Amino acid sequence: MDMSRTLRIRALLLPSLLLLAGCAAVTLDKDLNLTPEMFAQRQIQTRRFDTTDEQKILKTCAALLQDTGFNIDESETKLGILTASKERDATDPAQWAVFIVGSFFGVAIPPDKDQIMKAFVTTRPVGDSGNQVAVRVVFERIVFDTDNRIKKIEALSDPKIYQSFFEKLSKAVFLEAHDI
Amino acid sequence: MISDRFCKMLLMLIPLLLLAGCMTTHDRLLDMDTSQVQLRSIQSRAFDTTDKEKTMRAIIATLQDLGFMLDRADYTLGVVAASKARADVMQAPGSLRVTVTVRPRGEKQLLVRANAEYMRAPVTEPKPYQNFFNSLEKAMFLEAHQVD
Repeated sequence: MDMSRTLRIRALLLPSLLLLAGCAAVTLDKDLNLTPEMFAQRQIQTRRFDTTDEQKILKTCAALLQDTGFNIDESETKLGILTASKERDATDPAQWAVFIVGSFFGVAIPPDKDQIMKAFVTTRPVGDSGNQVAVRVVFERIVFDTDNRIKKIEALSDPKIYQSFFEKLSKAVFLEAHDI
Repeated sequence: MISDRFCKMLLMLIPLLLLAGCMTTHDRLLDMDTSQVQLRSIQSRAFDTTDKEKTMRAIIATLQDLGFMLDRADYTLGVVAASKARADVMQAPGSLRVTVTVRPRGEKQLLVRANAEYMRAPVTEPKPYQNFFNSLEKAMFLEAHQVD
């Protein structure tokens, strides 16, 4: 009797411990401190263009985001910033298969349903005489499950995404994109 | 059967609960638990520059480096608000929100103040702010001065 009770308590403790560990996803000590990984991300997400016209680059970014289905949320030309977002379907057939099989065994994880994709662009003049403009873009997504709960918030860090964004951008401004 | 006295006690308990609710809202709204002066000093740094645009750009660049997404920015008001959240199937969402303001301090300096909120509670310990200002110093190429 006593044994089974302790076991039950332990079984309850485990998931709560997992949740606790999860709280470490964004922490105060880690997330306000620059780490080498963050610099590596900057490398991937930034390109330089040979122009002095920062506004033109920012305008082209806005147009490009619009072309790719984003809605502009916030902008401040004087500071060279632009944020945009779009809501899209996030249904994954594989997750549904796992869900259906799982529900037979009583361990169903609700599959992904919708997602909000966010983009955050900054531009700034760089170089000794300010003859170049650096553009940095960051993409992130928030995934909701079929119960409409947040399931995942993640930075999109695949370099290919950024490569293709900058390829499109350099075509649109008729300028070559340089690595930083 | 429930006694009359018990019923009366129960009735008295309800307004008490309501009252308690009012007080917590009041406390949360004005967050008076830490000394305001002390908190202001923890959250503020002065920089030897008057270039507001450059300072705000450095703040935005720093926040972007730290993986934050921008929520709002206003040059005239000198305000930048950003947030960072991550979640996974195995991880509960963790969120960090920061508002940074820039305003002149005397003739030759700018005062930068940062307010952070972590998991729906104000951040009052000095270390996270120190980390943030250390990161900002690097982007500004300027030293951050402690102010009283």
